[in-house]
Amino acid sequence: MVTTVQDTSAQVVRGSATTAPPPPRRRGPASRRNDTWVAWLLVAPAVLGFGVFFAYPMLRGVYLSFTEFHILTPPVWTGLDNVRQLLDDGRFWHSLGVTAYFVVLSVVLGVGVSLITAVVLHRLGVNTTVRGLMILPFLISGVVTALVWTWMLDPQLGIVNQLITWITGEPVMFFSSDAWAVPTLAALNVWKTMGYNAVLIFAGLQTIPATIYEAGRIDGASEFQMFRSLTLPLLRPILVMVVVLNVIGATQIFDIVQVSTKGGPADASLVLQMYIYDKAFGQFDFGYAATMSLALFLMLVAVTFTQMRMARASESDTN
Amino acid sequence: MTFPVKLGRGVAWGYLVVVLLITIFPFYWIVRTALSNNFAMSTDPSSLLPVHFTWGPFKRALGLATPAEAAAEGGSGAKIELGLALWNSVVYAGVLTLVTVVFSALAAYAFSRLRWKGRDVVFGVLLTALMVPSVFTLLPNFVLMKDLGLLNSFAGMILPSAFFSAFNIFFLRQFMLGLSHEVEEAAIIDGAGPLRVCFRIVLPMSVAPMATLTLLQFITTWNDYFWPLLVTNDESVRPLTLALAVFKQSSPQASLDWAGLMAATLVAALPMLLLFVVFGRRLVNSIGFTGIK
Repeated sequence: MVTTVQDTSAQVVRGSATTAPPPPRRRGPASRRNDTWVAWLLVAPAVLGFGVFFAYPMLRGVYLSFTEFHILTPPVWTGLDNVRQLLDDGRFWHSLGVTAYFVVLSVVLGVGVSLITAVVLHRLGVNTTVRGLMILPFLISGVVTALVWTWMLDPQLGIVNQLITWITGEPVMFFSSDAWAVPTLAALNVWKTMGYNAVLIFAGLQTIPATIYEAGRIDGASEFQMFRSLTLPLLRPILVMVVVLNVIGATQIFDIVQVSTKGGPADASLVLQMYIYDKAFGQFDFGYAATMSLALFLMLVAVTFTQMRMARASESDTN
Repeated sequence: MTFPVKLGRGVAWGYLVVVLLITIFPFYWIVRTALSNNFAMSTDPSSLLPVHFTWGPFKRALGLATPAEAAAEGGSGAKIELGLALWNSVVYAGVLTLVTVVFSALAAYAFSRLRWKGRDVVFGVLLTALMVPSVFTLLPNFVLMKDLGLLNSFAGMILPSAFFSAFNIFFLRQFMLGLSHEVEEAAIIDGAGPLRVCFRIVLPMSVAPMATLTLLQFITTWNDYFWPLLVTNDESVRPLTLALAVFKQSSPQASLDWAGLMAATLVAALPMLLLFVVFGRRLVNSIGFTGIK
C-alpha cells in the first residue's frame, strides 16, 4: 500500500518535471506559486474531511437542535421548543448532576493519584519498564475495563467482594446500589486513565532541572516542602493540561457506563452521554438529543475556558 | 541516610507496589478466570489459581466447543463470532489508521515545509476541531452516514475519521517544523519539486513520529466503542468491543459464562498486549512527548 503511494507520487513528480519549466535556483515567486498548487493538493483530503465530517455535521447539529426530528421523516423547525423542554426536563438535570458528580470524583481522584504516582516514580528514579506497566490499562478498551471489573466486583463471585465479605461480613453492591454506582464507575475510570496521566505528568517532572531540588535540599527543605513550593508551581502548565483533558474525557464517559450499569439502578448512574444515546437511539428523538449535545458542548467550552483562565490567573500570581 | 528519609522511601516504594498491584491484578484475573471451569468457579470463587484448569473457555469463545462440552463447563448458549469480530476490528482499525496517518502526514508537510498563501489561516481553521469534543459531531455524522446509505458498512465506520485528524496533523507539523532545511534545500537545488521533497526526504525523516501516531491511532480505534455502536447493527461488520458487549448483554445475568467471557476478553485485548510488549517503551516516551509538545 505504502509502496504504491510512493510509486504514483514518483510518477507525478516525473510527469510534472517534464512539463514544468526548469527549476529556479532560489525560491522566487514562480516556485512559490507552484508550491501553492501542490500545497492545496496535499491538504485537500484533510480539508475535505474537515468540511464534510466536521464543519458540516457541526452546523447541522446546531440546526437539528432546534427541530423535531425522528430520523425517518425530515426535521421540522420548532424554534426554542427543545430548549424549553430541556429546562423542564428533570431527567436532564438529574443526568447533568450525575455527570458532574462523576467528573469531579474521577478528576480529583484521578489527577491526585496520578500526581502522587508520577512524583513517586520520579523521586525513586524508577525505570521505564515500571512506567510501561502503568499504562497497560490505557491500552485496553472501556468495554474490557467494564467487563473485568464487573466480574471482579460481582457481589457473589467477584474476588473483591470475596475479600470484603471476609473482612466485613457482607458484600458491597458496587454497581447495583444508588450510593455506590457513580463512585464505582469513577474508580474504574481512574483505574483506566491513571497510568497515562502519570506518564504525562512524569514527562513534565523530567523537564524540571535537578539542580533546583539540590538547591532546595541545601536550604534544608523537606521532600514535602519541595513538592509544594517547587514541583507544583513548576508543573502547573502540565497539570492544567491533564485536568482539562480529563474533564473533557470524563464528561463524555459512555462505554464503561453502557456496558456495566446502563445508567442504572433507577437512573442513579445516568450520565449525560448515556441519556443522549438513549434519547436518540432508544426513543429516536434526534432533535432533542441534538439539543442536549449542544448544551453539553457549550458547558464543556465554558468549563474549559474557566479552567484555562483560572490557571493563567494563578500563574501570574506566582510569577 | 537519615531515618525519616529511609522511612519516606519505604512508604514511597510501598505505595508504588500497591498501585502496580491494582493496575496489573485485573489482567491476571482475566487469565485466571479464562482458564477456569465456569461451574467449579462458583464453589471456589476466591482461589487465586485457575479453578479446575481447562482450555474450555477459549474453545467456547472461539466457537470450537461442541454444545455438550460447553454445557458441561457452564457455558451459556450465547455465541460470540470472535473470529469475525477480530477480523472486523483489524480492518476497521487498520484501514482507518493507515489512511489517517498518510493524509495527516501530507497535510502536515504542506503546513510546515511549504510556503503558500492562506497556509496559517487554513491551519488555524482546522485546529478548531481540537476544541470540539466528538460528542457534538457524532449524532449529525450518524445522520450523514444514514443519508449516504453507509450504515452497517466499513465505509461508514471509517470515512468520518479517515481524512482529517486535527491532532495527527498538529503533532506531525510540530515535528516537521523542527527538521533541518539543509538536505531539503540541496534537493531543491538539484531540481526536486515539492512532492519529491515530501516523499523522498521529509516523510522518510518523519518515520519515527509517524510510527508513534500509527500506534496511538490504532489503539484508539481498536478500543473505540461509541461510533461503531451507532453505525453498525449486525455482526457482519461489528468490531470486537461491540461483540464483547453484545455477548455480555445477551447472556442471562444469573448464569453468565464468566470464564468464556474473560477468554473472549483476553483474545480481544491480546493484540494490544502484543503491541505493548513490542512497543511499550516507545509508547511511554511518546505519551510523554505528546504532553510536552
